[in-house]
Amino acid sequence: MSKIKIVHYINQFFAQIGGEEMADYKPEVREGIVGPGAAFMAAFGDEAEIVATVICGDSYFNENVEEAKKTVIDMVKKYNPDLFIAGPAFNAGRYGVACGTIADAVKTELGIPVLTGMYEENPGADMFKAKVYMVATKNSAAGMRDAVGKMAPLALKLARKEKIGASCEEGYMPNGIRVNFFEEKRGSARAVDMLLKKLAGKPFTTEFPMPAFDRVAPNPAVKDMAHAKVALVTSGGIVPKGNPDHIESSSASHYGKYDIEGVMDLTAETYETAHGGYDPVYANEDSDRVLPVDVLRDMEKEGKIGSLHRYFYTTVGNGTAVKSAKAFAAEYAQELKADGVDCVILTST
Amino acid sequence: MKLTLGYVNIHDIQLSNESKVANGVLYVNPDDITKLVLEDEHLKSASVDVARPGESVRITPVKDVIEPRVKVEGKGGIFPGVINKVDTVGSGKTLVLKGAAVVTTGRIVGFQEGIIDMTGVGAQYTPFSKTNNLVLTCEPVDGLQKHQHEEAVRLAGLKTAAFIGELARNVSPDSEETFETFGLFEGAEKMPNLPKVGYVQMLQSQGLMHDTYVYGVDAKKTLSTIIDPLETMDGAIISGNCVSACDKNTTYHHLNNPVIADLLAQHGKTLNFAAMIITNENVYLADKERSSNWSQKLAKFLGLDGVIISQEGFGNPDTDLIMNCRKIEEAGVKTVIVTDEYAGQDGSSQSLADAHELANAVVTGGNANQVITLPKLDKVIGHLEFVDRIAGGWDKNTNEDGSITIELQAITGATNELGFNKLSAR
Repeated sequence: MSKIKIVHYINQFFAQIGGEEMADYKPEVREGIVGPGAAFMAAFGDEAEIVATVICGDSYFNENVEEAKKTVIDMVKKYNPDLFIAGPAFNAGRYGVACGTIADAVKTELGIPVLTGMYEENPGADMFKAKVYMVATKNSAAGMRDAVGKMAPLALKLARKEKIGASCEEGYMPNGIRVNFFEEKRGSARAVDMLLKKLAGKPFTTEFPMPAFDRVAPNPAVKDMAHAKVALVTSGGIVPKGNPDHIESSSASHYGKYDIEGVMDLTAETYETAHGGYDPVYANEDSDRVLPVDVLRDMEKEGKIGSLHRYFYTTVGNGTAVKSAKAFAAEYAQELKADGVDCVILTST
Repeated sequence: MKLTLGYVNIHDIQLSNESKVANGVLYVNPDDITKLVLEDEHLKSASVDVARPGESVRITPVKDVIEPRVKVEGKGGIFPGVINKVDTVGSGKTLVLKGAAVVTTGRIVGFQEGIIDMTGVGAQYTPFSKTNNLVLTCEPVDGLQKHQHEEAVRLAGLKTAAFIGELARNVSPDSEETFETFGLFEGAEKMPNLPKVGYVQMLQSQGLMHDTYVYGVDAKKTLSTIIDPLETMDGAIISGNCVSACDKNTTYHHLNNPVIADLLAQHGKTLNFAAMIITNENVYLADKERSSNWSQKLAKFLGLDGVIISQEGFGNPDTDLIMNCRKIEEAGVKTVIVTDEYAGQDGSSQSLADAHELANAVVTGGNANQVITLPKLDKVIGHLEFVDRIAGGWDKNTNEDGSITIELQAITGATNELGFNKLSAR
């Protein structure tokens, strides 16, 4: 395999052009390595080569973001590299933001893997750690050796398009993508260790930081139900008998849309549940228990509601990723809106 | 309570014309097992097979895994209230056929039964690729209701394990280990400087076929209560579960609860394992509130400094987990929770169905949605045709070369929430 080609991005300080007084330095590209590139080259050995280094002043980059991005991308593109490395930026705020911004832009525009590194409290970290692989470094350039030690192996893996392990194995900051790996101790022993630390008031690290939850505020009540068009949507897995669209019993990859024009009642002969997470006996006997078509038909007749929408939407909630569920809803909500539905009854299991 | 476990190491299982344990080999006469199991009129047929570590064998759909044990000293017998009469177990001496397991399979009951591969990539994820498995394939009589089918196979497995255990009654164990627990005051007196730690075990009780039994009682119909951890080693808690295979606690897991083992390992050294609380995971909100209120009251009443809370299943029980955690923390008792994740196949989705900032110490058994491809294996025990339907599978997930692409969810014990494995995620 030929040597991996890398373009490296650094600021004016690490290029030894100058400090704050030179922060307006415009992008410049030089063949080969400059400054910290030497440490990377030593770590890469024969595997990879930094073919060019782009230098840009931190103030210039941050005050002329669009222009700087465009110029740097053009410079990088010329070398057709396998990988782009920015930094490490340690605790230099504007440098960190520039590294994150340009790494993200190169990844998006040129479609090549990118890597950067900085101190966890660098403002660039929170802005970009979920978008690009970002190694956590110490807070000053004295940590260069340590940073290169972590970044170089990850850089090679990225360039070779190898499977990237969990954040704690590879040294990148948690990026919201959960990756499995094997720990040294079993879970129960880790739980005992963690509890002992917590009880002793010592620092401990949770294996899963609690997410900020997406809470949905209810809409105002529908004032005129007697003229409202009501739709039924369920995560309880009710489908026409035989599950024609093969909705999975768990971790559903899609939803179904079914016509219930003229259907007055869901029976054991015509409907069932595809859901694998609850006892299906009662839902299979009478699917109205999960998707109340019969009751809504009565209410339609009695004039309590305007009408029942012609289609119902259904999926299986069991083990289905919130992200998938959100994507399903974003799609059919538009259809419901276009069909003039006034309100939706969402049923689960 | 004081219990000695005597380990009879089993390094092979052989089908034979005589059932016995000799020189570390378990010999089984299949007729002994089928006769015993077919006493149940709900079962039409039964057959016995062996799957050993490293063999090119896939067992599916797996219902339960059970470790054979026999009680040789002290009150009661194994699986009290189910196989043996109700008596308080957990003291005296119990022999364990270490390295052997009874695995039940047969036509699918629900959706949520698993796969055990004895070799290949799948074997890395299930602890039961490392045990010598006596596999019992049971088929129900025609027209049997699903929950009766589940019960019949559950009892067949337990009866078989008890029968196998009995074969070792007079065998002298290879090694022994003794565990001792104390009353609340006695323990505090003996270990005045150690933190009082409890274990809150959440038992799956989401409904028909999602059940756990304690001394034969359906946990769904119980209030949170206390149990001596040593009782579980004699089979006081058994699984009756058709929940996703990866985070179902099989009866084997209950007998070998790793939280209990690791707390006992530190008992008297760094902590005082003072009490174990069992609570359920019912589906109704009122039940969830009541049960978590009760575990909170017990944790406080027992004067615990900290607890480990373990979960079983996912989704709906995530709410019980978070309620238990939040309320126990609010009572001033520190918590660590053990769970697993459903972060989507790409790992980018929200992992749990509920969250709270007080749940700041979490141990995870990994992302159950991770996709793996299991190679075609030479032999299948059970029925391969259900791999597109079990939780974690999907339509047409068998590839042209016979390999199967599936989520870890379908692998028995893969993301266990008692912390049985080393698998985790970040």
